[in-house]
Amino acid sequence: MKILIKGGRVINPRNGFDEITDIFVENGIITEIGNDLDLDGIEMEVIDASGKIVAPGLVDMHCHLRDPGQEYKEDIESGAKSAVMGGFTSVACMPNTSPVIDNASVVEYIIKKAESAGYANVYPIGAITKGLAGEELAEIGELKFAGVVAISDDGKPVQRANIMRHALEYAKMFDVAVVSHCEEMSLVENGSMNEGFMSTYLGLRGITRAAEEVMVSRDILIAESTDTSVHIAHVSTRGSVELVRQAKKRGVSVTCETCPHYFTLTEKAVSGFNTNAKMNPPLRTDDDIEAIKAGLADGTIDVIATDHAPHHTDEKNCEFDIALNGIVGFETALGLAVTHLVRTGILTLNELIRKMSLNPSNILGLNKGSLEINKIADIVIFDPNKKYTVNTDDFLSKSKNSPYNGWILFGKPDYTVVNGKIKVNQGILV
Amino acid sequence: MLGDKKDLLGLKELSAQEINEILTQAEFMKKIVLSDNKKSQHLMGRSVITLFYENSTRTRLSFELAAKYMSANAANVSAGTSSVSKGETLIDTARTIDRMGTDIIVLRHSMSGAPHLIAKNVKASVINAGDGMNEHPTQALLDMFTIREKKGRIEGLKVAVTGDILHSRVARSNIYGLTKLGAEVSLGGPATLIPPHLEDLGVKVFKSIQEAMIDADVVMGLRMQLERQKSGLFPTLREYNRFFGIDEKRMQFAKPDAIVLHPGPVNRGVELTSGVVESSFIDEQVTNGVAVRMAIMYLLSRRENI
Repeated sequence: MKILIKGGRVINPRNGFDEITDIFVENGIITEIGNDLDLDGIEMEVIDASGKIVAPGLVDMHCHLRDPGQEYKEDIESGAKSAVMGGFTSVACMPNTSPVIDNASVVEYIIKKAESAGYANVYPIGAITKGLAGEELAEIGELKFAGVVAISDDGKPVQRANIMRHALEYAKMFDVAVVSHCEEMSLVENGSMNEGFMSTYLGLRGITRAAEEVMVSRDILIAESTDTSVHIAHVSTRGSVELVRQAKKRGVSVTCETCPHYFTLTEKAVSGFNTNAKMNPPLRTDDDIEAIKAGLADGTIDVIATDHAPHHTDEKNCEFDIALNGIVGFETALGLAVTHLVRTGILTLNELIRKMSLNPSNILGLNKGSLEINKIADIVIFDPNKKYTVNTDDFLSKSKNSPYNGWILFGKPDYTVVNGKIKVNQGILV
Repeated sequence: MLGDKKDLLGLKELSAQEINEILTQAEFMKKIVLSDNKKSQHLMGRSVITLFYENSTRTRLSFELAAKYMSANAANVSAGTSSVSKGETLIDTARTIDRMGTDIIVLRHSMSGAPHLIAKNVKASVINAGDGMNEHPTQALLDMFTIREKKGRIEGLKVAVTGDILHSRVARSNIYGLTKLGAEVSLGGPATLIPPHLEDLGVKVFKSIQEAMIDADVVMGLRMQLERQKSGLFPTLREYNRFFGIDEKRMQFAKPDAIVLHPGPVNRGVELTSGVVESSFIDEQVTNGVAVRMAIMYLLSRRENI
């Protein structure tokens, strides 16, 4: 398959490239970039990208595909379809499946299933500890050789500081990223939302921001003292942003991510006991949003991830306290970021694409996130000025748990190209 | 008008006018409760189910008698929290009850927002009889009824609420209701049991209960749960009583004619001394509770007739 992407504004964060030009893709590889390419007589598909952005395919380093074990919420195929609809060409899925991704056979199952599904590239993230129990290290070396791109006990944070220390040291040996979900459980005290005005108003148990920040501090200090690297997942508070900022200034090898809901929604979204606004970490306040945006702007926050967390309707249409945490994110992430970060002047398109492709790719060691000759053609094309209304019924994810139904956004992907094949064509899954 | 509403979920959702409408209707209902012939036609032919997921004697009985005094058919379901783990969801249980011809479902549940959830899923009116730490609107309405009866008004009064504010749905409902009717609400209790941003609800928070009680017209104690001790929220009931108990000495900070209220059941010697209990209006609150619940059920039942 040969594709000419014609007349688009090509953005490449690796070298800051931002020009209107053409890209030619042949056999899955970008073979030419430039104007007036000599392609006479070649049979090819032509994508008219004029007025649109042509960028490296998005890379999500934090999602839940629920497969194996909870295929009623999502499976690898439905998740990968949802991903490409959102412009993601590569996604890394968290290990809290059933069974847990703590051994090579589950890794191989996911990779094989993703290959036969054939939409987005799917990279498993392995567990830090066996069964996510926080007690003993998983076979991190074997996981790495089976194909995991990182390790994490996401959702069940490693409570014992010494286990985290050993995980960071052991993982460094195999050059595998460690993604830490920071939550000191003894401070959570059965909370189900942010501790603040809304928890008082609604009579819901609050979670102090200290529950997150205590562990962000812990992991930074452990990484600093052991000369290891750590990636902090889904930063949600002003305090966490500041902790990472200061650590980076000191030269600590720390990176971090946030998610679109932490710069677009506050605890007020929980009004009326809205379970689609229940997530972990919980939605915070306007002040935190301001700090998250500042952290994105000054480079403290390296990555925007989705934390795509599909749940069945019955798991959300219930009492708030027992509703499960999380929202689906693939199909709204780019639109939320374009609308609330780029169009508001907080990030340039180049900076946004860097945080949604190159940076996560680098942290995971994927060799993605760049539009260059001889690179695999993973490409997203979207119009940041085209308005659309989110309709959760249209999501390709099996689950519809999103607080964004009815939101007006800009920048829905028109084309997603994965490994040189068009997977989304004029906004429709191929 | 309350008659336009399907449910009574909390005082957050009511206007001052609607609260006054209930209190005025309750004055009439109290006459029925105190009469020898406790049988009116107000809910003739209607059906009331009390669905309680938490243990309760007084609130459940109060609703049941209120329904029966007005000639409604009343039945009780004591679900117990274990039924959640047995598999049937709250929504399914509520729908089942709804389809048996039920006009009013009275729900008590340990989780905040449970009544709001079922209200969206049933045709019957839903009355919140206490949900988690959120609201206990009928308790606050009976408190306000008692205050109005004893003081002749609510506007301009100073009401001190003391104790475990954090976990108290009674405190929250009273805060919403009393501030809507123009009372000044001051709160005092252990710092570990005071939730954040309370001032944003239009109340004052004090470090000691004495300060909260200065010149109070009404002093309201809240029930202290022993289990909070195990969570590290306070050291002992003894120390709680020493610093936060309402006794005759502390009552001197309040106005000389101040009245004492408590949602019950009282831990004597913890929240209130026995002497303070004896001079309080706690017993009358119980009577008023039946009248207020009659008023609420009657007013909600009229909506279909509009």
